[in-house]
Amino acid sequence: MSFSLDEAQDILKRAQGLGATSGDIFVREGEAFEGTVRLGEIEKVSTAMGKNLTLRLFFGQRHALTSTSDFTPKSLDALLTDTCRLAQISPEDPYAGLPESNQLAKEIPMLDLFDAEVASRSIDEKIALARQAESAALSADPRITNSDGASLSHGTDTVFYAATNGFSGSYTGSSSSLSVTPIASENGSMQRDYWYSSQRKYKQLQSAEEVGKIAALRTLRRLGARSISTREAPVVFDPEMAASLLSCLTSALSGYALYKKASFLVDCIGTKIAADGITIVDDPTLPGALGTKPFDGEGLPSYKKIVVENGVLKSYLLDTYSGKKLGLPSTGNASRGAGRSPTVGTTNFHMMPGTESPEAIIQSVQSGLYVTELIGFGVNTVTGDYSQGAAGLWIENGAFAFPVEEITIAGNLKEMFLQIEQVGNDLASWKRTAAPTLKIARMMIAGRESGAC
Amino acid sequence: MQAIKPESFFLEKYNLSTGMLESVMGRVLGKKINYADLYFEHSTSESLQLEEGSVKKVSRDISQGVGVRAVAEEKTGYAYSDDISIENLFLAANTAQYIAKEGGSPPVPVSTTLPLTHNLYPVSVPPIDIAVEEKMRLLESVDRVAQAYDPRIKKVTVSFASELKRVFIINSQGVMTQDVLPLMRLSVTCVAEEGNRREIGSFGGGGRHAFDYFFETVPNVTAVGVPTAVGVPTAGGVPSEKRFEQYAREAARQAVLSLSAIDSPAGPMEVVLGPGWPGILLHEAVGHGLEADFNRKGLSAFSGRLGQRVASELCTVIDDGTILGRRGSLNCDDEGVPTSRTVLIEKGILKGYLFDRQNAHLMKMPLTGNGRRESYAHAPMPRMTNTFMLAGDSVPEDIIRSVKRGLYAVSFGGGQVDITSGKFVFSANEAYLIEDGKIGPVVKGATLIGNGPDILTKVTHVGNDMALDSGVGTCGKDGQSVPVGVGLPTIKISEITVGGTA
Repeated sequence: MSFSLDEAQDILKRAQGLGATSGDIFVREGEAFEGTVRLGEIEKVSTAMGKNLTLRLFFGQRHALTSTSDFTPKSLDALLTDTCRLAQISPEDPYAGLPESNQLAKEIPMLDLFDAEVASRSIDEKIALARQAESAALSADPRITNSDGASLSHGTDTVFYAATNGFSGSYTGSSSSLSVTPIASENGSMQRDYWYSSQRKYKQLQSAEEVGKIAALRTLRRLGARSISTREAPVVFDPEMAASLLSCLTSALSGYALYKKASFLVDCIGTKIAADGITIVDDPTLPGALGTKPFDGEGLPSYKKIVVENGVLKSYLLDTYSGKKLGLPSTGNASRGAGRSPTVGTTNFHMMPGTESPEAIIQSVQSGLYVTELIGFGVNTVTGDYSQGAAGLWIENGAFAFPVEEITIAGNLKEMFLQIEQVGNDLASWKRTAAPTLKIARMMIAGRESGAC
Repeated sequence: MQAIKPESFFLEKYNLSTGMLESVMGRVLGKKINYADLYFEHSTSESLQLEEGSVKKVSRDISQGVGVRAVAEEKTGYAYSDDISIENLFLAANTAQYIAKEGGSPPVPVSTTLPLTHNLYPVSVPPIDIAVEEKMRLLESVDRVAQAYDPRIKKVTVSFASELKRVFIINSQGVMTQDVLPLMRLSVTCVAEEGNRREIGSFGGGGRHAFDYFFETVPNVTAVGVPTAVGVPTAGGVPSEKRFEQYAREAARQAVLSLSAIDSPAGPMEVVLGPGWPGILLHEAVGHGLEADFNRKGLSAFSGRLGQRVASELCTVIDDGTILGRRGSLNCDDEGVPTSRTVLIEKGILKGYLFDRQNAHLMKMPLTGNGRRESYAHAPMPRMTNTFMLAGDSVPEDIIRSVKRGLYAVSFGGGQVDITSGKFVFSANEAYLIEDGKIGPVVKGATLIGNGPDILTKVTHVGNDMALDSGVGTCGKDGQSVPVGVGLPTIKISEITVGGTA
């Protein structure tokens, strides 16, 4: 009993019969599986069947939004009445509305997002894969003494979007992931880390052996970590942490933050916000990639855009509403979620790779930090102030000297992006948000002792 | 609270009978299973958002579904569907029992309803049933108070969210439990501007209360020595205002105050935490590390440390899900177990962990009512409710006076912990330097980092001013978010690393 675009159009027609001037329907339907093993035994097996319908109706410039996971006719009738009532008592918003018909995607490209094969794999086989990954981690070294488990998960979602401006489209996408979290211990202290592989298709996953081994190496290298004294030093971000730094930009680039003046990038188009050579793109058209989609959350066509080119900010990330507020056209970055108005989201958001190998970047550091973990909520995208808990490896004379933890790194994003000195050639483009190894010239590192080392 | 009982609500709405549910239970129990349950949930939520002086977003959401779970020792099978039908229940039952070995089928007991022992949210009209127009007026009032605070306030965003959740749990021990849970939250965010500097301030609160809660008169609760919000009216000499006015003023005050913040120092120093929300320290530094699942698996820095000293003698830390109307409170947890008050640390000694059914069974410990889940889409696990430290004897002013050079942090953003290494962080969004016992300039947001198992051993003063937070906390674990509360008296920590830039 799958949903159909005809049903969506039917609901919208009935809404118009009740006086709505326009509206749209966003439906997501999906199934998911997750199997977890821990120390070789099954720990958890779960399956999910989920769906949600979000209805947005406009009465002139008044509007409201409702959603439900109950698709029975009775419930949908009630939803329709409720939405009309709420919309009519809402204040007018001159900026509210759907995109114009001539902006809509004319065709829906096939982008290789669906994995027809994963459904045919048995639970036993999927559990076995997780078990293999965990076992590769556990057998990598005697100091791997425990595990928080290994998981294989996959899901398939279908998105339907229909609007009274004439758009009707749907697509189905899948994803599979394999992850392992080993625990290492030595001299009474424990460390954890993880590794994972995530792809549109099950058979594209990195091998269980590799995922397990990388997870073990990442965990082992943290053993014996200590804090250091407070100082200024260069900081190298590994690709995972470089991606987290890049994601700090997404909220500052969002049209919603910008029109609320809640971003450190207000009025920065055409100005230099990052070091020379830094280019950042958002590309929803990469075939088979995790962030790819054939149209955005308002039915606008997908296209590749350059957000930062050679350090200069070229484009914000906008949907129709936030664009209108800023007097700019949408950049096709509308993202939809169950029960929520469109908002701005990224698709495949990547910082382009440079030419240097990660090894060469590490070798260039006399004395500095290689950061492999960041924790906390110390990022203020209004001011750019940045202060996060960190762990990683200390670099002395171009080589890893010892692991560090219980330190913080602090700076301001405005300066940090301008102070990127080196960009690695190691972009993992399978990730939605990805960046290569990055070196920032100087940051303040706070540790357990004050003063010099 | 509600006229309709969730049990009959679910059975009638989805054409089910207790007999049918017992037969589903029979399917789950067809193999070697210790425990099984069906968790039905129906929740209605509503949200309003005001920007630029008028309500821009109004939305309502209905979410319903059923989760079927089977537990066989360490193994869990879980399946959910948001189509509640007998066919889907049997399908889910098949997946849930995948984890069990073949074996005898225990008999399915006849189910009986267990009455709740608490009534922690006696709300006659749940906030979701209040007219939308009335909520719009509240948001507009909040906006006016925030705008009027200072001409430098340029943008105000106010949001109000409320939900009413009905749950009905039937388990393999023949027990049926049900609850109806109201919850609401009002949040205010202000952006202040001066020259080309821009800063943000936020405040909010709520709980499992009636809508009137926001209109109650409250004393103006600014932390010790912090400049009071301007223009607070006084009642009988004590500054007081309505609760929604307090939220608006606090958000505006924080935004304007931050305009003059200087860079935070970096490095280890004495830190005084103000009362209330800074209790997030307990949540991150010790709370998560005391959840039973991590301890059973030996993954926590606190594993195997019951009976040992983990804090200074001044510290007694409690998790209490039974406080009237609090955001973190529940009549029963999401496995139908009545919530309770659990002593985690008593005078510095580790006394207890937080349990769900599976971990209590495996560790042979009594239930504490901490088995929680975000929704029917998730299996329960041990989670905190309201976690706080009991008051001590020190006078807050004396605590500040005892600091030579340090930081006084009164408000925080969020925190995070690595329960294995024990390292935790939390980020201050309102903090002052203390120099020679006096509160000095306000400093920019700084992240504090420490080691969970030893941070509380460095507590040298505990104030007599214990306060719970205003009701905004949401805790995330393994991708599941649940509402929680925290509380703290003013405390002094002899040394913690402050992650500033200066």
